[in-house]
Amino acid sequence: MKIRNVFLAPGAILSIVTMVVPLAIVGIYSLLSRGAYGGVELPWALENYTRLFDPLYALIFLKSVWIAAIATALCLLLGFPLALFIARSGPRKNLWLALVILPFWTSFLIRTYGWMFLLRDTGLINTILIGAGLIREPLPLLYNDGAVILGLVYGYLPFMVLPLYATLERLDARLLEAAADLGARPWESLRRVTLPLCAGGIRAGAILVFVPCLGTYLTSDLLGGSKTVLIGNLVQNQFTASRDWPFGAASSLLLMAVAMLLLMAAKRKGEELL
Amino acid sequence: MDPKRTHDGPVLELRAVSKEFAAHQAVSEVSLEVPRGSFFSLVGPSGCGKTTLLRLIAGFETPTTGEVWLSGQRIDHLPPYQRNVNTVFQSYALFPHLTVAGNVAFGLRGDDTSTRVARALDQLQLTGKESRRPDQLSGGERQRVALARALVMEPELLLLDEPLSALDPLLRKQVRAELRDLQKRVGITFLFVTHDQEEALALSDTIAVMDKSRVEQVGPPREVYCRPRTRFVANFLGPMNWIGNIGVRPESVRLASDGRPAVVTNVVYLGSVMHVEARLETGEGIIAQVAPDQAPEAGMGVHVKWSTEDEVRLP
Amino acid sequence: MRRALPIYAVFAYAFLHVPLLVLGIFSFNASRFTVWQGFSLDWYRAVVADHDLVESAANSLVIAIVSTVLATIVGTMAAYALWKRGSAWVSGSLYLSLVTPEIVTGVSLLAMFQWIFRYLNLRLGMHTVILAHVGFSLAYVVVVVLARLRGFDPSLEEAAMDLGATEFGAFWRVTLPYLIPAIAAAGMLAFTVSIDDYVITSLVAGIDSQTLPMTIYAMARRGVSPELNAVSTIVVVALGAFVLLSERLRTR
Repeated sequence: MKIRNVFLAPGAILSIVTMVVPLAIVGIYSLLSRGAYGGVELPWALENYTRLFDPLYALIFLKSVWIAAIATALCLLLGFPLALFIARSGPRKNLWLALVILPFWTSFLIRTYGWMFLLRDTGLINTILIGAGLIREPLPLLYNDGAVILGLVYGYLPFMVLPLYATLERLDARLLEAAADLGARPWESLRRVTLPLCAGGIRAGAILVFVPCLGTYLTSDLLGGSKTVLIGNLVQNQFTASRDWPFGAASSLLLMAVAMLLLMAAKRKGEELL
Repeated sequence: MDPKRTHDGPVLELRAVSKEFAAHQAVSEVSLEVPRGSFFSLVGPSGCGKTTLLRLIAGFETPTTGEVWLSGQRIDHLPPYQRNVNTVFQSYALFPHLTVAGNVAFGLRGDDTSTRVARALDQLQLTGKESRRPDQLSGGERQRVALARALVMEPELLLLDEPLSALDPLLRKQVRAELRDLQKRVGITFLFVTHDQEEALALSDTIAVMDKSRVEQVGPPREVYCRPRTRFVANFLGPMNWIGNIGVRPESVRLASDGRPAVVTNVVYLGSVMHVEARLETGEGIIAQVAPDQAPEAGMGVHVKWSTEDEVRLP
Repeated sequence: MRRALPIYAVFAYAFLHVPLLVLGIFSFNASRFTVWQGFSLDWYRAVVADHDLVESAANSLVIAIVSTVLATIVGTMAAYALWKRGSAWVSGSLYLSLVTPEIVTGVSLLAMFQWIFRYLNLRLGMHTVILAHVGFSLAYVVVVVLARLRGFDPSLEEAAMDLGATEFGAFWRVTLPYLIPAIAAAGMLAFTVSIDDYVITSLVAGIDSQTLPMTIYAMARRGVSPELNAVSTIVVVALGAFVLLSERLRTR
């Protein structure tokens, strides 16, 4: 047992110092008031939380949830057939899987920038469409909610594909044979056997996509322009330009709370991450 | 020679050893002595506590109460790496990242390592396989590597945790004989744990029978088999006929004209012998053993007889 | 469905790879505009000549290497400890760092640092970035190494101790060799996560510790530019090669 305690100590201390202590400080700040030159000072106040109910901010929160939900749904819609393809691709499975994972291993920031290059008024898509004579004016593809959703789906699709693939891979092929034996055609088998058995993978993928999407900052900043302000942008703003740390703290904690609630709701008995 | 060897008494002594876990009592007040140089078996059904007892001796558990003495020195507070005891694990626990030679040499330090390793491998017919890895060996070979690895340490006591249970029946009998020979050649005390009573009877100088965390009886095989002290020991070591308080083994029951009358209910062919299951006029069932060519048929009336010397009386 | 799936897969893979391929192609475009006007390496020359950019790349490498080494060592030790006997507190804290949105992690670290700096005469800089990186990489390392440990037979360590190795000796001589593939994978993961991080780094970096993602972000904010295309291509190719090489080495 001794070696175990010695080995655990550095990690325990590090984790608590970089995770628990900062969050505790944020918690405390959320109950304080804004300082004259930024930072925080007394008195204690609850108004940071009540301010969150203000229509302006409530709207931001709801919009973030809405966008994250759409992005997750799209990831599921697009990711499931892809995962199915990989699972059924036979001996080259690992190659197809690697092709999904490889872009993910490069830079998220750069991948987001790539869409800027494609979508802007003088970007590739518009240039091709105008050049082909299909449109005369460039389409406003960038700096709106749609671009943000596109960027999110693009960024987090692998997070959906991987757990779905893992679940599909473990699926016993004999179950589908049994279904066929009982008269089910391929689409019906998919709907009545494969999909229900993938519930775990779907849940895992949905959580892995929704939570980061909810707190997204980069994607909405680069692809949404000034029109798309989500929770992540709000929080970042409060801690930098606006210098309203207590309010930023309260917003952060609300974001955390929503994420935690979702995780608890999705967790089934016996599932473990660590 | 070796300072340890000058100790005269038993190599292992357990004094009222108990081990309690949160959920249950695994070992209760076990006291026994293992004579030096003997082949000592610890038998019992699963869950009886024999594996826990083994782990207590090896040092992976500490007794809740009681003492463990090795060659006159108390060891129960010592960690496994300070005890002059080595274990052959049930799964063999060979290190997958090391070769056969690497495995056998693992516990050794000093200049004579390679000589000692070569000798151990030779003793277990593993010469030529030094650079193989565990996953390239057969089950029997893996066991021999596990044995070599433990024996090269020249422990005072070698613990074997159900070493034959992973082998198929044919191999089991062969390895059994080899183990017995090995022990005699090497001279080290073997403490052999098994749930197979036939193995224990065949191999041991002394048997300890365990049930429900206690040792029921200790003694040479013949004594434990023919003079069991409890019903459990009697039943565990082989089939037993019970007529009230009197127990008698099927092989002691013959068909003879001057025996007690009985009616045959079933006849079971066992290859070398036949078991004749019959019902006495007093209602009890009894099994007699006869040669296959002398078997009666079901329904026939027979007479069963045994000598009083073969009887055991237990409440 | 047998025919529909592969057709769909083509589109899906195109969707996944076109943006990066396009960036790569146009990084060699002689013109600034999105019309191909010949092959050129001008933009790459501009990138190499950009001192601030190169310095930020060097910073990123230093931060990534240092934080990866630290996170891998500490994380492997923690995973081993948790495997021997769990700890709800530590597991909970690590889990928290995995599920907390990056922005929240970033601002909370900033808040903590600023609070500490009131009492110690320090400022934001490389050290705060490295600490932050080790913090969020730790959980990834633990998850990867712990997963590998779950497939490890504990009786191997007992056998080692039975043969005379101490507890640490058993870990060092038997368990650690078994863990090497997982440690390598964890290190790779920690490195790529560190090198690409923008959100947290931007909040806790000082003036002297610009990282490559921060530079890239600033350039992207200003708009699309061929230099940025060139930088992007270099980064993507370098990271891609690193990942492939590590995989090759790991599964040898």
